[in-house]
Amino acid sequence: MAREVRRDVIHTIFTAGSGHPGGSLSELDILISLYFDAMRHDPNNPSWPDRDRLILSKGHASPGLYAVLARAGYFPREELSTFRQLNSRLQGHAHPMTPGVEMNSGSLGMGLSFALGCALAARLSGKDYMVYAVLGDGECDEGEVWEAAMAAAHHEVTNLVAVVDRNRIQNDRFTDDVMRLEPFAAKWKAFGWRVMETPGHDLQSLRDTLNKARRRRTRPTVIIAHTVKGKGVSFMENNPAFHGRAPNQEEYDKAMLELA
Amino acid sequence: MAAQRQSASTRETYGRTLLAMAEDYPDIVVLGGDLNVSVFTHLWRDKYPDRFFDFGPSEQNLIGVGAGLAASGRIPFVSTFAVFGVGRPFDQLRVLVAQSHLNLKLVCTHAGILTAEDGMSAQAIEDLALACSLPGFTVICPSDAVETAQAVRAAADDDGPVYIRLARAATPVIHDENYVFTPNRSEVVRQGSDVTIIATGVMVSVSLDAAELLTQAGIQARVVNMHTLRPTDEAAILAAARDTGAVVTAEEHYIHGGLGSIVAQVLGQGQPAPLEMVALQGYAESGKAEELMQKCGLTAEGVRQAAERALSRKNG
Repeated sequence: MAREVRRDVIHTIFTAGSGHPGGSLSELDILISLYFDAMRHDPNNPSWPDRDRLILSKGHASPGLYAVLARAGYFPREELSTFRQLNSRLQGHAHPMTPGVEMNSGSLGMGLSFALGCALAARLSGKDYMVYAVLGDGECDEGEVWEAAMAAAHHEVTNLVAVVDRNRIQNDRFTDDVMRLEPFAAKWKAFGWRVMETPGHDLQSLRDTLNKARRRRTRPTVIIAHTVKGKGVSFMENNPAFHGRAPNQEEYDKAMLELA
Repeated sequence: MAAQRQSASTRETYGRTLLAMAEDYPDIVVLGGDLNVSVFTHLWRDKYPDRFFDFGPSEQNLIGVGAGLAASGRIPFVSTFAVFGVGRPFDQLRVLVAQSHLNLKLVCTHAGILTAEDGMSAQAIEDLALACSLPGFTVICPSDAVETAQAVRAAADDDGPVYIRLARAATPVIHDENYVFTPNRSEVVRQGSDVTIIATGVMVSVSLDAAELLTQAGIQARVVNMHTLRPTDEAAILAAARDTGAVVTAEEHYIHGGLGSIVAQVLGQGQPAPLEMVALQGYAESGKAEELMQKCGLTAEGVRQAAERALSRKNG
C-alpha cells in the first residue's frame, strides 16, 4: 500500500503543479503506521471526541497527509486532484477545513504547542486519547519547539508523542549546513523526554516503536524516525531540489514508473 | 475641572470576575506566562490549580497550547502583558487562532503608556492595531472596571477569538452598577449635537472631562464609548458624523491602526466629516503615568482643543 500512496502523492503534486514532494515522501511511512495501526480514529467521524489526534506540524508536507487520509477513508481519493486549486478543501498547507486535519499550518514550529494543548485537554476532560505530533527536523530550528518541549515535560504530559521526520534536508540545503541539530537525541533527553529512534521507512519497526511509546508512559516521548527525503523516487531521494517543487512531465512519468 | 471619580483596577477586576465565573463555566481553563500576580490570574491559580497552566515567559508556546485547548473544546483565557501577548506571538495568533477562528480569549494588561515607568519597550502602543488586523477577532478596550467585568463575561459567551486590552494603572470609574454592556454596540455616554468625541479605554473618562470643558464655550459634545473596535459599530460612527458634523477620536494608542484609523475608514467610505485624532504620535518614555499622559497630549485639554479644531473645520 505504501507504494500506492506514494503514487497518489506524486500525482497530487504533479496535478497541482506545485507542492512539496520531498517531505511528503519522507513522512509517508510514519503517517501510514499511525493511521493504519497505532491510532484510534474513525474516518466517518473526524470530530469524535475520543479520537487519537495527529497534528501535522510540517504543514507544507500536506500531500503526504492528504494521500493517507484519503486512503483511510476521510474523503474520496479523486479529491486529491483538486489540491491547491480554487474552491478545494485541500489547501497548500494543511487546514482543518479538510476532514481529518486537526490544525492550520504553514508557519513552522507550532504543532508541538498545539499538540500539547490537545494533550492537556484530555487531562481536563478525563479522556485517554493520545496526541501525535509529526515534526520536520528543519523546523526544530524554531524556538517554539523547545518551549513546548520544556512545557510538556514540566506539566508531566504522558499522552503526547512527537515523531520527528529526520530526513536531514530543509528548504535550502542539508540541515547540517543550515543549522546543526546534533546531538539531537541528547537535546530531547535533556528537556525531559523519553527518546526512541527507528528507521523511518521500516513499517514493522515504526509500528513496534509507536506501540511501545503508547504502552509504557511516564513522560512525553519523542520518536526520531530516520528517513530519506523523497523516499521511493530515485532522483528525488536525498535531493534538496525536491523539497518544494513539483515534478515536470518527464519526471512525473519516470517517478510513476519507479513506483509502479 | 475634571470630575472627581473613583478609580478602580481593571486588571484586578478581570482576575476577580474570572474567579467568580469558574463554577458556571466549567470549560474555562486559564493559561499564564509567569506574570500571574500582575494580571491577577493568581487568584484562579491558587483556587483551581487543575484548571491552570503556567508556561513562563514563552509566549509562542502559550498561544499554541491555548489554540490546542480551544480546538479540543476548552475555553482558554490566556493572560500576560500586552507587549508579550500580542506582539511576540502574533504569528501564532494569526495562523493557529484567527485562521481557524478558535475560541481563545486573550486578555492582556499593562497596555499603553499607563505602564509608565517601565518605559517604551513595556508600553504596548501597537497592540490594538495588531489585534484589529486579525480577521474574525473581537477586540475590546473597556473604559473602566465596571465595563471590564461585563466584557470578560461577554468574551466567555462569544464562540470566537477575543482580545481584551487592560491597563496597569487604576482607571476612573464612569459607569454605575446599572450599566449594561452590549457586545459589539458602542455606548453614548453623553449626548451632544455640536461635535462627537469617539473614545476608547481610559480616554472615555478623559473625553467626558473634555466635554465639560467645552460647555464653557457653549459647545455640546456627544461622547461615544467605543469599547469594541472589532467588529466595528459603524452605525454609531456614521450617526455621529450625520448628527454633529464633526468628529474627534481619542485613544491611548499609536495614531496608526487603532480607533482613529478605524473611524477614518468608516467616515471616508460612508459619511465624510472633519476628523481630528488624539492619539500617540510615537514611542514614549519612562515617567509617571499622569506626566506621560500630559506630555503626549492625552488630556481633557488636548481633547478639547481637538474638538475646537474639528468644529472650526466644520464651520469653516
